[in-house]
Amino acid sequence: MLELIDISKTFSPGTVNERVALNKLSLTVNDGDFITIIGSNGAGKSTLLNAISGYFLTDSGRIVLDGQDITLMPEFRRSRFIGRLFQDPMSGTAPNMTIEENLALAAGTGGWLHTIDHADRERFREQLSLLGMGLENRLKHPVGTLSGGQRQALTLIMATINPPKLLLLDEHTAALDPTAAEKILAVTDKIVKEHRLTCLMITHNMQSALEFGNRTLMMDAGNILLDVSGEERGKLTVNDLLEQFRSLVGKSLTNDRMLLRNE
Amino acid sequence: MQDLLSLGQTALELGLISSLTVLALFLSYSMLGVCDLSTDGCFTFGAAVGAVVAIAGHPYLSLLAAVGAGVLSGFVTAILQTKMGINSLLAGIIVNTGLYSVGIAVMGNSSQLNLNKVRTVFTDLKDLLSGTFLEKQYKLIVALIAVAVAVVLLVLFLRTRLGSAIRATGDNPVMVRSSSINPAFTTIVGLCAANALTGLSGCLLAQSQKSVNIDIGSGMVTIALASLLIGNTLTGKRKIPMRAVGAVLGAFLFRLVYTIALRFNMPAFLLKLVSAIIVVLAISIPYLKSQFPYFKRRLELKKRKDGERNA
Repeated sequence: MLELIDISKTFSPGTVNERVALNKLSLTVNDGDFITIIGSNGAGKSTLLNAISGYFLTDSGRIVLDGQDITLMPEFRRSRFIGRLFQDPMSGTAPNMTIEENLALAAGTGGWLHTIDHADRERFREQLSLLGMGLENRLKHPVGTLSGGQRQALTLIMATINPPKLLLLDEHTAALDPTAAEKILAVTDKIVKEHRLTCLMITHNMQSALEFGNRTLMMDAGNILLDVSGEERGKLTVNDLLEQFRSLVGKSLTNDRMLLRNE
Repeated sequence: MQDLLSLGQTALELGLISSLTVLALFLSYSMLGVCDLSTDGCFTFGAAVGAVVAIAGHPYLSLLAAVGAGVLSGFVTAILQTKMGINSLLAGIIVNTGLYSVGIAVMGNSSQLNLNKVRTVFTDLKDLLSGTFLEKQYKLIVALIAVAVAVVLLVLFLRTRLGSAIRATGDNPVMVRSSSINPAFTTIVGLCAANALTGLSGCLLAQSQKSVNIDIGSGMVTIALASLLIGNTLTGKRKIPMRAVGAVLGAFLFRLVYTIALRFNMPAFLLKLVSAIIVVLAISIPYLKSQFPYFKRRLELKKRKDGERNA
């Protein structure tokens, strides 16, 4: 279980560029929750995931994961139990290293002097075959030769090869073409279900926000505006969501990349 | 013929000894992605420490001491850039400057030491081989063993999880952090290992030429970088073992060309200018190549416009 208690973050405080990105936000994420997050530009969606993953220290508040206070824990330590995918497919992998070298670093089996062995390769092949992209036959290829979609799929496997307590997805399909995006979303859903992962997914696609997961958050001005799940969520349509936003904020939901439904 | 052979041998000896520094840059520059400007100072530091320990009567311990000196120097450089927020280039320059004073202090407030009558690995092997046909190759053999051991250890090291993490740090530090590895840690280990080789390289050069002075390492970083880049063009995009061997070959080729140039009466002081030019060319040529189409198209456009005007 993840608990965020009154977390705040202001960027460039005391300057003309001052921007409150998170404003005393509190949230409880239950084990097994697959939460989709939507919101307008600058609502604080990415900042929220950055705060959880430890990219920066929050100005105030506490972050507790499974009873352990991780507020002050550095990012690289949190990544032991928090998996993460970014929008940029290039950011999650080392391009000049092979697929198996990337996976081996993510898997972290053995000590510092461990070299990749047969058992490792078997495990990598098995995991990669989940993707149905044939990557399991290209273990020795440099990651730089893969397409954006393939790299993002590999990053997904890397983030979940040791099932994390929490998987954070920051518009991880936004930079891909529609076909690849759809494929990655389907694989994401499959992997999340298979490992019963707790997952937070930011999306610009309103349709996917309702289609995937069991709970949806709508954010604005650094806080959570709407938190729906269960039966109430099941009945929601994209139009309902937009209408809700308008009535709560008093203006319509705007997001540069927003898609109302799948093309 | 005899002359040419001895020329080749000198180049090979010097090339092999300095190839240890090239291997150090192969690790720090090509793998870790850090341009370590403390290389000159570290080379001198290793030479000075090695010389002092050898003079004290410990020829084998002197090699170990030089390696230790290199590790220490690399550690300080790495701490400055990973834990104290100092830009990596600046960290190297700072350590380099500081090591100048440290080097003189180590040599007992003197800027040079003479190793003429001192027992070293070289003199030991020379005695051992005296009377055999390898008598004159003693320097070469010491250098060859040192380089072979360094290449094998380096290649094996880069295959481990730790070595892999060091390569990834140069490739994508975000990915390293996501893999629960601290890039600060891999940078520290990488720079310590690289500078260990640099220190050893300095120590062997001093002991083979039987003297050390405070300028022994000056310009080493550029010379080694030139050798490394020559090696890169030789091997191209190959696997790591080949690239490591390429780095050694590059060092040898660089020395060979330099030695031949000396024979054709090129003044010795030009060495550093030549190495500087090689580094500039090796790094800028790929860039200039990528810019060439713009140049070509602009020229074509200009021609067409001129043609239209004249018509």
